[in-house]
Formats: sequence, structure tokens, C-alpha cells
Amino acid sequence: MLKFILKRLVLLIPTLLGVVTLVFFMIALAPGDPARVMLGERANAEQLAQLRSELGLDQPLSKQYLLYISRIIRGDLGKSIVTQQKIIDELSDRLPATIELAITATIFASILGIVLGVTAARRRNSWVDYSTMTGSLVGVSMPVFWLALVLIMIFSIGFDLLPTGGRMDVRLYFKPITNYYLIDGIIMWFREGNSDYFISALKHIILPTVALGTIPLAIIARTTRSSMLEVLKQDYVKTARAAGVPEGKVVFRYALRNALLPVVTVIGIQFGMLLSGAILTETIFAWPGIGKWIYHSIGARDFPAVQGGILFISFFFVIINLVVDLLYSVINPRIRLK
Amino acid sequence: MKKVFLLVLVLASLTGMAFAGGDSESEAVAPATDDKAGGVLVFGRAGDSVGMDPARETDGESFYATHQIFDTLVEFKTGTTEIVPALATSWDVSDDNLTYTFHLREGVKFHDGTPMNADAVVFSLDRQLSEDHPYHEYGPWKYWLNYMGMSDIVESITAKDDMTVVFKLQKPEAPFIANLAMDFAGIVSPTAFMADPEGFSLNPVGTGPFKFVSWTKDSDIVLDRNEDYWEPVYLDRLILKVIPDATARWLALQKGEVDVIDFPAADDLPAMTADPNVELIQQSGMNVGYLALNNEKKPYDDKRVRQAMNYAIDRDEIIEAVYGSAGQVAKNPIPPNIWSYNDSIEPYPYDVDKAKALLAEAGYPDGFKTEIWAMPVARPYNPDGRKIAEIMQAQLAKINVEVEIISYEWGTYLDKCDFGEHQAAMLGWTGDNGDPDNFLWVLLSKPSAVPPAGNIAFWKNDEFTALIKEAKETADVAKRTQLYMDAQVIFHEEAPWVPIAHSMVTVPVSSSVKNFKISPTGTRIFKSVWLEK
Repeated sequence: MLKFILKRLVLLIPTLLGVVTLVFFMIALAPGDPARVMLGERANAEQLAQLRSELGLDQPLSKQYLLYISRIIRGDLGKSIVTQQKIIDELSDRLPATIELAITATIFASILGIVLGVTAARRRNSWVDYSTMTGSLVGVSMPVFWLALVLIMIFSIGFDLLPTGGRMDVRLYFKPITNYYLIDGIIMWFREGNSDYFISALKHIILPTVALGTIPLAIIARTTRSSMLEVLKQDYVKTARAAGVPEGKVVFRYALRNALLPVVTVIGIQFGMLLSGAILTETIFAWPGIGKWIYHSIGARDFPAVQGGILFISFFFVIINLVVDLLYSVINPRIRLK
Repeated sequence: MKKVFLLVLVLASLTGMAFAGGDSESEAVAPATDDKAGGVLVFGRAGDSVGMDPARETDGESFYATHQIFDTLVEFKTGTTEIVPALATSWDVSDDNLTYTFHLREGVKFHDGTPMNADAVVFSLDRQLSEDHPYHEYGPWKYWLNYMGMSDIVESITAKDDMTVVFKLQKPEAPFIANLAMDFAGIVSPTAFMADPEGFSLNPVGTGPFKFVSWTKDSDIVLDRNEDYWEPVYLDRLILKVIPDATARWLALQKGEVDVIDFPAADDLPAMTADPNVELIQQSGMNVGYLALNNEKKPYDDKRVRQAMNYAIDRDEIIEAVYGSAGQVAKNPIPPNIWSYNDSIEPYPYDVDKAKALLAEAGYPDGFKTEIWAMPVARPYNPDGRKIAEIMQAQLAKINVEVEIISYEWGTYLDKCDFGEHQAAMLGWTGDNGDPDNFLWVLLSKPSAVPPAGNIAFWKNDEFTALIKEAKETADVAKRTQLYMDAQVIFHEEAPWVPIAHSMVTVPVSSSVKNFKISPTGTRIFKSVWLEK
């Protein structure tokens, strides 16, 4: 087991190196001179030359690449061209918002998705099955920005229940502690006996969670259903039923555990996607996370920021894959990791 | 599951009630002295600040915050580009126009309690000017150095006594005083800056109407009233909140989560106009969008062809289709809110026959083929270059001019324009300091027509350049006005551009927001705003 983990960790290095190289050349070969984009209509030749040399853009590509790699190895992601702040600081300012939302969305999608998938599988070809599967098809195909705006119109404007965006009511004047606002809210609750912060954070995260979680929810429900149908056909399930084991126990104790393997993989991938792909949700709900930040950095040709951001997300993705593999052996002890 | 949902609902409605209670959150702020005073205003804007050192930033979003935190020696009179006193109460100009002496306002304190005096003014500006200043390295001072070329204008800045600052100039440069009203010339607390030069743009200290409290990146900047400000400030607290999506900003305004929003989507404007709780504040922008005709290339080396283009392009159609209520037709190279705008000039009417006649006279009776370059991105002065190009294409077909529309990635586009690779290209300009020189010299003077050029029409008119050069070197505003008026007449006759439009800035505000103003320079002014309770 330990050997397995170590081996996987060593494999991380070439994977990430590959990612770095790919990202570097994709950005370097993309059209658009960052110096020119930054200076806009006002640039003159002198300023352009000066800025290009500041950014190292006057060096040959191979030299830029080597410089970049050697900096990365030393753990230095560089400074943002736009803000002049360290990339690592920019990232860590925004990462908690993204992680917090990715976690709530994954929990929402997993629990509801598994429940719906199991229900649909047990009552195959019933109206529950049909409506769940139709619903999940709609869920997968729905544009996120559209869903987000509809949610705001219904729950914020229509019923006046939830806020339209942000992580916390700005009028509450809140100083973040851990930057995970739900946790901060609980800390403040204990510390000051004031639940306003927690409740405000909770109210703010509900709609983004639903908007972001809907596609994963649909995918998880469909995967659970088909996996469950497969397992329910197996002999041991028939045996258990014949032996008079209560249906609930058959389904949840024996069948679900085996059916979950592909589902866990899907959840892992979805979680990784949520970390990197929440640009639309973050934009509409004014959620200050890294998806929006990377998107913005691409527009500004802020290369160090884009490279740092993508590297960070790739790192997460690889780690999540590792965790998923480890979970396999926990869920199904027959799988031994070698 | 059901229980959890119910709990959430109950909690939600409880907090709803708690929030409706109102001002409990503003306890931290000192009580007001005036019946207009008090309240928290939330401004929903499209993007976050980059930083908060006014001399280092270059983008509008950053200046939204720094403008509230910092003051300048002089400022623009609200709603105009006229220069009025601010931290300096008066100033004298020497007869040779080379020495400016500013007398500072007494008793002004920085937010950290230190006094605002001549040393502070010298520090704030000299760190940008003098390369041997101990804090010069904490730039880049792009506005001072690159955009406004202040180091080529100013010789030295010195403190004559505690309350008097003297600027010596290298050459007479009348627009200089307007530059000092711009945000980059904001006066910073030397004590705070020296204590942490790297961190100053995260913890700014100025003398402005609001003082900095906190900044959560990509989310909000919180500013509190400066109790010691030299004019009454009404709001207890001003919060700049980032809401990137235009429709989401509008929804937040309807919900009352924000009181003022930036950059409304054109599609939402009719609904905003119809909403009794929303007021639209409009200000014509200090910008111009134009089609530059490259005077060094055929057929635009002929004045008659350039005039024909002006006759053949129907600007009203373009405004209606692309700008809507957010634009006005341009006839001059400077917008109407800049002093010396020559309103007596008659715009070229839309006249196909006249255009055809001029082309025939110039030797193109059967028309010609031309490129029109369209920018790939929306700019404040031109929201959709591609669409405008298509309208022009259709209009010019009527005088047998066949248009090929060309576009490049934005950086490449600017580069190619600067080096004159185009036949005709759309571009525009947003003014900095409200001085006509800031448009006419940069965009149309002969010295600017050298690649990489600001004058991308490559129009080299000696008479025009002589007039604006004289205006640049004259301090007397009445005299300058006349010179610029005359220059615009030449521009009109010679027609190096087809001027297209000046765009309007629209800011929707909740009807409880009173006295909110937009400066022609694009600044949102909050110091005089009060909330109707």
C-alpha cells in the first residue's frame, strides 16, 4: 500500500512536467503579444521594448522555457504581470472560495445523485425511473449560466429567499479567518455567539452549489443507475433475496457497495472538474475563486498567472485520482493495490 | 433531506428579518452630524482593483477605489473638465509659463493622522519623477512616465516652505495643470509609504473623503468616511463589490443588495428605464471612435476621396444599430464635453450623390476597392467594430466602393495600425485629463505620425500642427480655446478621419441614491452622495 502511494507520487513528477511544458508552449505560441495587450492604445516603441524585456519576452523561447522550468523546480511560480503580486499569494487568496464551493457542490451532487440513481434502478421502467433519467438528461444539457440566472430570478428576485451573489453579505463587514466562510461562520458563532455570519455564508452558497452541482448530479445519477442495474442482476443478489434478506439490506448493504466503484471514479473526476471549471458559476454568482481568476488572466495575457493556475489545478487533479484509487480498496476489499 | 431543507428555510427567513432590522452592522462607524449623513452604499462593479497606489495603477477599476482614498492638488469641477482647487487652494504661474507655485490647504491630515504638507506632496510626485529618489524603484510609474510623459515636462518639484510647492517645467506645457488633477498625481502619506513600500498598494493611506478598511480580492473593498475631510461627506461606509456578470449586477440592484451598478447590459436598459426604483445617471464619455483613412496610401492621399467617405457613411444608422442610446454622432475629433469643442462646425451630411461626384472628380468614377479594419474587441468608444464595419460595407457599396473587412487579434491589430499597414482602420481614444491637447496632439499631430504612430491616419498637416503646438505652449485658456477651435476647422476640411461616435456612460442607481455624479474622465464620485432614508 505504502509502496503504491510512493510509486504514484513519483509518477506525479513527469506528469506535472508534461503539463508545465504543454502549458508553456501553448501560451507562448498563442497569438498576441502580452506587452502590447497590456499597453493598449497608448503604447509607444520605447515602452513596448522596455516591457518586453521586463517580461523576458525578448529572450529566445528555449531560454524562456528553461528559465521557467528552473524557477518552477525551486517552487517559484513567479509574479503576476498585472498585479505584480506573487502568483502563489494570488492563488491562495482565491483557492478557499473555489474549494469550498467544489466541496458543497460535490456533496450535493453525490448524495442526491446516488439516491436518485438507486431509486431509479430499483424501480426500473417506473415513472420514477423515467422522470429521473429525463431530468438528468436535461440537467446535463442545461447551460450553467442560464441555470444560474434562472435560479437567481426564482429564488432571489421571485421568492426573495436567497442573495444573488457573493460569499457573504458585504454589509456584515466580515474579516475572514480561514477563508472558508462556512467554517469561519461557525468559528464566529462559537466565539461571539453571533450566528449571522454562518447563516449569511450558508445562504450565499446554496444557489451556486445547486448551479454548479447540477451537471455532476445528473452524471452521478445516471452512472449509479446503470451500475446498480448491473449489480442487481448478479447471482449473489438473487441468492440474498431468495434467502429472505430484507430488500433494503440487499440494496444498500450488498448491491450498492459493489455498484459504487464506477460512481466513486465519476465523483472524483467531477470534483476535479469543479475545481477547475467553475468559471461560469463563479462569474454569475460573483464568487471570488480561481476559475474566474484564470479566465481573467488569459484575457489579460498574464502568462505567469495562467501557467501557475493551470499547474495548480493539474496538481489537484492528479492527487484526486490517487485518492480515488485508494478509495477503491476501502470500498471493495477484494481490490488490492499493488 | 426534507428536514434539512426546512431548517435552511427557517434559518433563511429568520436572518431575513434580522437584516431587515437594518443598521445594526454600521455600529462601528461614528454617528453623523447632518440629516443627509449616514448609511452604507454598495457599488456593484464589473471587476476588481489591481492595486491601490494611485501612481502605480493604470486601469479604471483601480481608480474607482483610489479616487475615494486620495486627493490631488487640483481636481475637475464635478461634471466638467474645468480645473478647480483641491489640496491646493490656489496657484500662480510665472510669466514665462515655466514655474507653477501651489499654496496648500491648511489643516489637512492623512488617514494615519500625519499632516499633509509640502513635503508629502513632493514625496508623492518626486518618487515618480526622480530616478535617484530612494523610493523610485517601487514603480513602474506608468502614467507619470509613459502615458502622460511627465518626466519630459517637469524639471523639478520642491517645497518652498511647509505649505508651498514649486514646480519648475522644462518647457511651457499648458496641459500640465490638468495632469495634476488625474488620479496618478494623488498625494500619498509618506509615513505609511516608507513604512511598507511593497505593501502600500494593499494598505493605502491618503487624505481623501474615504479611508481604506479592507480588501477581499475579487470580492469587495470596504471604505469608511473620513471624519476629518475638508468637505462634508455623508456616507458612513462605501463598499465596492465585484459582480462580473452584467445581468447579475442588475438583479442585485433590483434586490437591493447594491445601490449603484456599473456597465449595464444594453439589453437591460429598457427594463431599467421602466423601473420606478431605478434612476439612470448619464454622462457623455470623454472619448471618440473613428475610422482613420491612411493618408499615405491610395486612394486616401486625395482629400476629395476622404471627404467622399465622410459623405457616404451614414453615422446615424451606425449609432442606432450599434450604440443605441449610449452613443452620439461625432463630427469633431474631440468630444463635446471637452472645452474648445467647436460646435459651429456642420457635420458632413449623408449624401450619396455628393460622394459619387467627389469620387468622379478625384478620378474614381467607378469607385474602388478598399480594406476596412475592424477591431476584434469591444472598447468604450466602439462596442462592436465588426458590426460597424459591416454597416459601412453596405453603405459604401452604394458609391461602388467595395469593402473588404479585416481583423486581427487585438495586440497584433494595434501593432499593425501603429506601423501603418492598413488602408483604413477603426480605432478610438479615451481621454485622460480633459485637455484638448490629449486628443489632438496624440492622435493628429505631425510628430505623432511616425511609426509606431498615435496618428494612424498618418495625416501630416503643418498648419494644423502649428496651431495645436502654439496652444500647447500658451497658458491662457481663452487663447488656447480659439487655437483649438481653428484647428478643428482644418480637421473638418481635410477629413483625415471619418469620426464615428462618442459613447455615453450610463450608471443605474437606486432611487434612494442622491447626488451621484460621473465625471467626464470616467470617475465615479461618491464624496457628495447621500442616501434618502
